[in-house]
Amino acid sequence: MSVSTCPSDAAWLDATDRAIVLATQAGLPLVPDPWGAVGRPLGLSGEAVRDRLARMQEAGIVRRVAAVPNHYRLGYVANGMTVWDVDDARIDRLGREVARLPGVSHCYRRPRHLPDWPYNLFAMLHGRTRAEVEAQADTLRELLGSACRDHRILYSSRILKKTGLRLAGRSDRPG
Amino acid sequence: MARLDSLDRQLIDLYQRGLPVCERPFAAMAERLDASEDQVISRLERLQASGVLSRVGAVFDHARAGASLLAAVAAPEEARDAVAEAINRAPGVNHNYLREHDFNLWFVMTAPDEAVLEARLDALEAELEREILRLPMLEGFHIDLGFPIPWHELEAP
Repeated sequence: MSVSTCPSDAAWLDATDRAIVLATQAGLPLVPDPWGAVGRPLGLSGEAVRDRLARMQEAGIVRRVAAVPNHYRLGYVANGMTVWDVDDARIDRLGREVARLPGVSHCYRRPRHLPDWPYNLFAMLHGRTRAEVEAQADTLRELLGSACRDHRILYSSRILKKTGLRLAGRSDRPG
Repeated sequence: MARLDSLDRQLIDLYQRGLPVCERPFAAMAERLDASEDQVISRLERLQASGVLSRVGAVFDHARAGASLLAAVAAPEEARDAVAEAINRAPGVNHNYLREHDFNLWFVMTAPDEAVLEARLDALEAELEREILRLPMLEGFHIDLGFPIPWHELEAP
């Protein structure tokens, strides 16, 4: 799977799509017909909202509609962003293998910024304790083997800002 | 951990990767779980209110609904709080975590498009008078699909 940034996709959303995104990004109304409730103020039927959502999902703009758990509240209080300096020739194959390990919620390739930042593979690990995260990191280290030169675990010690808002509203646009 | 019964756990296990998108999604879920629509709705309300679910709704791919980028700044201890506040105030910032490293402030910058994204980062860099490490995603191997929750392990002392 390869998913890369494609800025032109933003233009694909029309005003009605954007209104649906803005109305649903913080959560659906928990009523028997949530899509109808989302559509009503926009002058759309529930079916029309679902059709547009399906198209946004096909285009990859919407990943899924789901009950999104807060892992921290479930007891996963140790969250380690692990960063790895991996041989460029082998990173594509290894990245896909790392992504399949249990406890890995996100896994991305990102650019290095030498000399300060040599790491090109990011894997987010979740555990109940730091010891669990470290055991997961050991497994990852073994899997990467000689392709990995160095790694770090960056624990989060505080959340300074976290918003569910995912798409800028009109007031946030330039000009 | 919050006390969760079997219905709560099934709701999370079965639906963290996707809800049925139909006219009566909670009725469809209720049928599968041998519960009533009202029960499913009230459980979801409770799980949301207690913070176990961050929300019941759509997960958007930021990179495709606009532009975004992971960024980091190295702020020495004495300047840290002021730098963090400036980052939180900057337009487009939607996450900011303190992490244990020289690069200690990690945030996600978002914008309607790439040009605005770069402009926002340039403006913030000028305000902070510190270099911002810009780490766009080059490839996603695994993107936030959730993972199976081992309930029994979580309950172990």
